[in-house]
Amino acid sequence: MDLSTYYLGLRLPHPLVAGASPLVDDLSMVQRLADAGAAAIVMHSLFEEQVRGEALARERFHDAHANAHAEAPSYLPQPDEFRLGSHEYLEQIRRIRRRVPVPVIASLNGTTEGSWLRYAPLMEEAGAAALELNLYELVTSAHVSSYEVERDAIDLVRAVCSSVKIPVAVKLSPYYTALPAFARGLVDAGASGLVLFNRFYQADIDPDALEVVRTLRLSDSSELNLRLRWLAVLSAQLNTSYAASGGVHEARDAVRAIMAGADCVQVVSALLRHGPERMSGLISELREWLEQHEYDSLEQAKGSMNHKRCPDPRAFERVQYVQVLQSFRFE
Amino acid sequence: MRGNLRTLDGNEAVAHVAHRSSEVIAIYPITPSSSMGELSDEWSSRGQQNLWGQVPTVIEMQSEAGAAGAVHGALQAGALATTFTASQGLLLMIPNMYKIAGELTPFVMHVAARTLATHALSIFGDHSDVMACRQTGFAMLCAGSVQEAHDFAAIAHAATLPARVPFLHFFDGFRTSHEVAKIEVLEDAVLRELYDEAAITAHRARALSPDHPALRGSAQNPDTFFQAREACNPFHDAVQGHVERAFARFAELTGRSYRVVDYAGHPEAERVIVMMGSGAETASETVEYLTAKGERVGVLKVRLYRPFPLERLVAALPTTTRSIAILDRTKEPGATGEPLYLDVVTALHEARDCGRTQLAPRIVGGRYGLSSKEFTPAMVKAVFDELRSPTPRNHFTIGITDDVTHRSLAFDATFDIEPSDVVRAMFWGLGADGTVGANKNSIKIIGEGTELYAQGYFVYDSKKSGSITISHLRFGPRPIRSSHLVRSASFVACHQFGFLERYDVLAAAAHGATLLLNAPYEPERLWEELPRPVQQQILDKELRVWTIDAAKVAHESGMRGRINTVMQTCFFAISGVLPREAAIAKIKAAVQKTYGKKGQELVERNFAAIDAALAHLHEVAVPETVTSRSELLPAVTSDAPEFVQRVTAAMIAGHGDDLPVSAFPPDGTWPTGTSRYEKRNIAAEIPTWDSKLCIQCNKCALFCPHAAVRAKVYEPAALENAPETYKSTDVKGGEFAGSKYTIQVAPEDCTGCGLCVAVCPAKDKSNPRHKALDMTPQLPLVAAERHNYEFFLSLPEAPRERVKLDNKGTQLLEPLFEYSGACAGCGETPYLKLLTQVLGDRLLIANATGCSSIYGGNLPTTPYTKNLDGRGPAWANSLFEDNAEFGLGMRLGVDALRAEALSLVRLHAAALGEELVRAITECEGRHEAELRAQRARVTRVRELIHGNTEPTAPRLAQIADYLVRKSVWLVGGDGWAYDIGFGGLDHVLSQGRDVNILVLDTEVYSNTGGQASKSTPRGAAAKFAANGKSLGKKDLALMAMSYGHVYVARVAMGAKDAQTVKALLEAESYPGPSLVIAYSHCIAHGYDMALGPEQQKLAVGCGSWPLYRYDPRRAQVGEAPLVLDSTEPAGSLLAYMRNETRFRMVEQQDPARFKAMVDESEAELRARWAVLQRLAAKPAQQEAVKS
Repeated sequence: MDLSTYYLGLRLPHPLVAGASPLVDDLSMVQRLADAGAAAIVMHSLFEEQVRGEALARERFHDAHANAHAEAPSYLPQPDEFRLGSHEYLEQIRRIRRRVPVPVIASLNGTTEGSWLRYAPLMEEAGAAALELNLYELVTSAHVSSYEVERDAIDLVRAVCSSVKIPVAVKLSPYYTALPAFARGLVDAGASGLVLFNRFYQADIDPDALEVVRTLRLSDSSELNLRLRWLAVLSAQLNTSYAASGGVHEARDAVRAIMAGADCVQVVSALLRHGPERMSGLISELREWLEQHEYDSLEQAKGSMNHKRCPDPRAFERVQYVQVLQSFRFE
Repeated sequence: MRGNLRTLDGNEAVAHVAHRSSEVIAIYPITPSSSMGELSDEWSSRGQQNLWGQVPTVIEMQSEAGAAGAVHGALQAGALATTFTASQGLLLMIPNMYKIAGELTPFVMHVAARTLATHALSIFGDHSDVMACRQTGFAMLCAGSVQEAHDFAAIAHAATLPARVPFLHFFDGFRTSHEVAKIEVLEDAVLRELYDEAAITAHRARALSPDHPALRGSAQNPDTFFQAREACNPFHDAVQGHVERAFARFAELTGRSYRVVDYAGHPEAERVIVMMGSGAETASETVEYLTAKGERVGVLKVRLYRPFPLERLVAALPTTTRSIAILDRTKEPGATGEPLYLDVVTALHEARDCGRTQLAPRIVGGRYGLSSKEFTPAMVKAVFDELRSPTPRNHFTIGITDDVTHRSLAFDATFDIEPSDVVRAMFWGLGADGTVGANKNSIKIIGEGTELYAQGYFVYDSKKSGSITISHLRFGPRPIRSSHLVRSASFVACHQFGFLERYDVLAAAAHGATLLLNAPYEPERLWEELPRPVQQQILDKELRVWTIDAAKVAHESGMRGRINTVMQTCFFAISGVLPREAAIAKIKAAVQKTYGKKGQELVERNFAAIDAALAHLHEVAVPETVTSRSELLPAVTSDAPEFVQRVTAAMIAGHGDDLPVSAFPPDGTWPTGTSRYEKRNIAAEIPTWDSKLCIQCNKCALFCPHAAVRAKVYEPAALENAPETYKSTDVKGGEFAGSKYTIQVAPEDCTGCGLCVAVCPAKDKSNPRHKALDMTPQLPLVAAERHNYEFFLSLPEAPRERVKLDNKGTQLLEPLFEYSGACAGCGETPYLKLLTQVLGDRLLIANATGCSSIYGGNLPTTPYTKNLDGRGPAWANSLFEDNAEFGLGMRLGVDALRAEALSLVRLHAAALGEELVRAITECEGRHEAELRAQRARVTRVRELIHGNTEPTAPRLAQIADYLVRKSVWLVGGDGWAYDIGFGGLDHVLSQGRDVNILVLDTEVYSNTGGQASKSTPRGAAAKFAANGKSLGKKDLALMAMSYGHVYVARVAMGAKDAQTVKALLEAESYPGPSLVIAYSHCIAHGYDMALGPEQQKLAVGCGSWPLYRYDPRRAQVGEAPLVLDSTEPAGSLLAYMRNETRFRMVEQQDPARFKAMVDESEAELRARWAVLQRLAAKPAQQEAVKS
């Protein structure tokens, strides 16, 4: 069974990719992922906000106490070399590249154009096979319009794409007003692929302490449906690479994503839950499913259920419960 | 061989030579020498090599005595060793110095000379420490400037090798050790040329080695010791020759020429000053100035002080000399004169006796510059003027006004010799605003980027929060030798507008100087906001005034309160030191260099600040007349006692130099309770109280490090005259039901740390962002709240015997530790404040040197205070190393007086009555009610024996107070308890006496700037553990428990305040030794101190800081002595550690190594928990565990 696929111009032996997770911080985990056959490894995002925050915190809590008292010119040693989060991140790309032959996709979450443009070439230089730009921004201002948000994002993607030679994917959230048009803008700006979708940290409320608490729970298969709809809709219109991210736990999930138009699927929660070795299980289950259903190759299934080809395209368009009821057909 | 020109401070200049010249460096931190050791450690940890291609081993010891022992051993083993120290540290090295010299060992120690503690401690510079070593057999070489300190370090290392006599190389603490100056740095090749390889080989050959064994340190008897002691004479006789040869070779190599005694001045001088150290530089400059004016004066600088160069000194004096003043920077009460004076007198006397000179000048000696007292050209001139007199005063002092014994010479403070081609700049800033850092940076920019010479010296006040810094900078075309503060500034910058109404900022502004003001006003409005004296001086001195709203510019550039870059840019823009464009480019290059490694974001923000600064800098149009009526604010409040008004106020206002001798207590005894008169107003925001939301838990008061948030209960009737905005509410139940309750902030004493708000648990249910305490801008509130606070203080205190002594109740008691100068958010002071609330009126404190002695006892104002009865903590600091013994002595003294009082009570039983005697002798004073009753009995005793004619009656009347139980506490940090004072602490624990020890454990030497102690945990970065300490924290509590008779508690107020209160009370009640180790968050941990309590919770939760109490009394009744007050470790150690820069920076340096350290620590804390569980198991269970 030929499971091979192209994603961002990279030829992958199969579509199952280890998505962004803390697993990549640990080289032994990376080795296990590679041993389990992961087609590619996506790094978790380098959060520019965090890198910047650390630098500012050091300024505030370290440097601010310096030269303030006769007896103590400072209160902490001043190491010759500061290893910022970014330094460590780039080093980890190099280490993974040295350790395993699997392509590494670096991921960047920037906050300013300067930081995107600074880090993208550094990641390329460190050996990333591709970049995943994480447009992870929650617009909370009542004075910023969707037009401005999308325009700025597209400009940013254009700038990043022209700053590197490696392919660039854009990881999106599902919350854009007119996702297809925005996606088209990104592709026109030079993006080689789209990753659907980001999973946000959710803010929860602790009613006893009257505090907002941040939670991140692992995904389950139910989350895949949202991805399926937009993979189906977009892949039917825009000729680019697609990755499904969020909700792939079983081989069947992967098949559904592929059929909706994904070129690859990113697996995270299943690996965190069951360990890196789950990857090899998924690969063989995917192969088995395709064999049992008498497919010639993975390619044959790709996009088979997208918006253009599926038997009932309106199903992807329906958004309300009442429409589902109305469409109910008595046998 | 000319070296590179670099700007360094004296310590770095010395360490730069010492590190390259040594194989073993053993040190212990002490101001002002610490940075020499720290730099050496930093360089070695970076792999920087010495001249022989090896990385010197740097080891931090437990004390200077330990460091001296370690270098002695290293020398004996054949290594080249060095150490750095000062003051008390040097005293601790003296025993080894005799040994090292007696064994004729080549060795150099570098000393930043500092005052010895006498009537008071002082961190500043004079020669009292080195003068205490002149008898050890060490050669002593004195440098007077940063360049000389650098050069003489090399001379000392070079001369000691062939001489085999060890060298003490010294230079003035702070004035030279901390002065930043442009110097020529010695290349390795120069050092190699200077050092005699054959002598090194000989040193190696003398090493103790089993391959050619020898014995040293024998014991000798009367038959031989004397002769053997005299056998070293040829070596000491030869030292001067070795130094002179080294000087000569040095001059050939570098072009810089020195002699063991250097003369400068008129070749036919009649009046000569002889002195050592940095003061000689000012004297030289003044001599140049005076000789140019035709005066026949000169200065003799003594470089080699031991062995004293008798003949050279006499030969160097002009034959025309008619009078000599010898200036000593030390005081030896009772001596016939200070040491240099005696040496010179003897030298001349001997020279005359031997016929080597005919000189018979008048010779006088004087003291100057103790504790870095300024030594200025005006003082030099006054000494020369005195030498004109046919009978010049001997044993004088210069620089002060002695109106008691009238020994001081008067001087004309306005005398000034500053050359006009030198830019003299003064910057007034806050410790926290980065002014000093920016100025150090400016000095580097100018010193290393241009032909100009540069000098910087920085003056700090003694507060740790809201501290004021004054930077004194000079830039000029020649090397700058003025070793005194700028007294006539061509540029003055005031970085904090508020200073203008408190201090005479313009006092040193020269006529026509440029004034730069950071002000929160538009340029057009600035003039009217200036106080009258400022306006007057601007007009009188015709100052050009520039202004910028730096806080706003900094804020808009994302720099928060850091105005340093903005103000630095303004300085370059208007001072004219460099062309404007070139200067800006250089600042930007410096920013890139400084911050580039720390993150591009910081670079960009700084660049933005630089550009914005230029756009927002305006010259102010100065009107022709004074318009303001506002005067400088008084330094202390009007209710302050006379002494505070007269003495303390002058010190606060910066006029301490003007106070005469008579103003001071001669024995170092000062009144307590003075911090309350110094209203510092340093908080931008203060808490405001919502009485309706408040649940009256009192946590805000408990955690306030400055006793600036207080709780009180009182009768409703007391509210009758309450100010309009005064807030009050009904007490919520409990023993004070029916009373009124108030949480009140001291608006002018609060530091704005936000701890109170962080710990406040009471949230508005509809708007949880609003709590019972919210931080609010101080300025609009201060007037009303000042009034409210005064009223609050006037309300009667709650009756002590009615207050429940728990975490909540104790906060209704009056704190007798208030408004200290500790850091905003300090983690130590809440424990001390709590201690004074519970025990303050019968408390004696022995305080080890460190943060707690500085915020506890550094003048001008101090925080320990008295209650209405006039009782309160009595506090003393002896030394760093002896605090446990010192406190034990207090206990012994108190017990002796109590025993005597008891026996006198029994002796006077007839007069006092049996019942009173029995009540007095049986009273244990364990509770407030008992204490009150006993105090009443003491009063009764005094009444009854009043007029009694028995000779013992007055004695009883005097010491009757000792009948009331006193509580003796030994307080200090981990540097004391774990390291330097551990031997004494251990001994005191072993003695079974009723002393209580409170260790304020910040896990690092906080006061001297974050050096590792044995309390520093694994994985934390600290100085001397820059890559993270690899070994674990010493378990002092477990060690103390091993005695079995010691009460031991580990507490963390932020994690469990009730347990802290319980532990302090149990410790006090335990009749033997008690040890309470208190987790104290500290700015050296590197995070927002308002989150300190949260971090304490995490530390306890993850098991890093288990809470427990070990009470031997429990064992006596068959129970397990240990009670665990925290639960089994559950939280993540990593999560706790990652919140603090001290750990996080280690992780960032080497994540894998850090992870390994965390894993190791986790295993260790689990193992330790198991040990604690066994100790906490019921005796029956313990048996089961054993079997």
